[in-house]
Amino acid sequence: MIFVTVGSDIPFDRLVRTVDAWARENQRHDVFAQVGRGAWEPEFIPFAPMLTPTEFRERLTAATVIVAHAGMGTILSALQHSKPVLVMPRRGKLGETRNDHQMDTARQLLELGKVNVAFDEEELRTQLDTLGEIEVREPISPYAELDLISGLRAFIHGHPLPHVKS
Amino acid sequence: MTDNRPKVLAISSGGGHWVQLLRLRPAFEGCAISYATVDAGYRTDLGEGADFHVIPNSTRWSKWDLLRSAFHVVRLLVKLRPDVVVTTGAAPGFFAVRFGTWLGARCVWIDSVANAAELSLSGKKAGAFVDLWLTQWPSLAREGGPHFTGSVL
Repeated sequence: MIFVTVGSDIPFDRLVRTVDAWARENQRHDVFAQVGRGAWEPEFIPFAPMLTPTEFRERLTAATVIVAHAGMGTILSALQHSKPVLVMPRRGKLGETRNDHQMDTARQLLELGKVNVAFDEEELRTQLDTLGEIEVREPISPYAELDLISGLRAFIHGHPLPHVKS
Repeated sequence: MTDNRPKVLAISSGGGHWVQLLRLRPAFEGCAISYATVDAGYRTDLGEGADFHVIPNSTRWSKWDLLRSAFHVVRLLVKLRPDVVVTTGAAPGFFAVRFGTWLGARCVWIDSVANAAELSLSGKKAGAFVDLWLTQWPSLAREGGPHFTGSVL
């Protein structure tokens, strides 16, 4: 099952249209998309505007691969569930988000080897064709890095922070 | 019996901000911890018995939503009187550290890991008054803050 998700803020029709056209051409009946409120409605793949957190978790667990916007909620959730994830960043200049921070996220996480990235629709189509070959990433720990946890804990209890020079 | 544990409010908006906040949970062991976010559906992430509060959502786009959200955050702060406020953003978290500071809480801003090239707008503003100002990218850390001490990844 391919789970497509664009998060809860605003639609990301450029992504959904591309996946919908690809699924139709390849007669893929194993795709489900969460498309956002007021989004363009896919003609081929089943979809829902929004999912509750519980529905989202169920869709994620059932999926073999996630295709998504480059939102950290989706990416962290996918990695926590050891699901391979292909992201396409939203663009600020296209009004898909307020700035290009998803481009930065995508670039950095690609460099860290955490996600697969398609930077535009053409790359997305190419990568969808080889979706079966996307590698399962190493699962990440359920919690943040130890240094962040211990730093925060020290601060809460009024101790000096071991890793922060102030 | 008196409860000597520090009272902590962990607060964020939904989506990625909330997922990041949840990844900090081990830091709250030994604390009287309350959580607040914008969607009642997230209660299931916390398990039975968690102290969970819902505040109305807001984005920077609507002034009226922002006001309503700010009002609910203040009301929550007055009710809980936390010693420490921790947020991963965005707007509700900003209100919580802004008003939290005025109410005497020590406040932490952890800028979202999504901001890899530039701190968020609210993160930049929060830097002026929070007690602990963190970025999750070493390249964004500066001498006087924001500091880097690890990421949620």
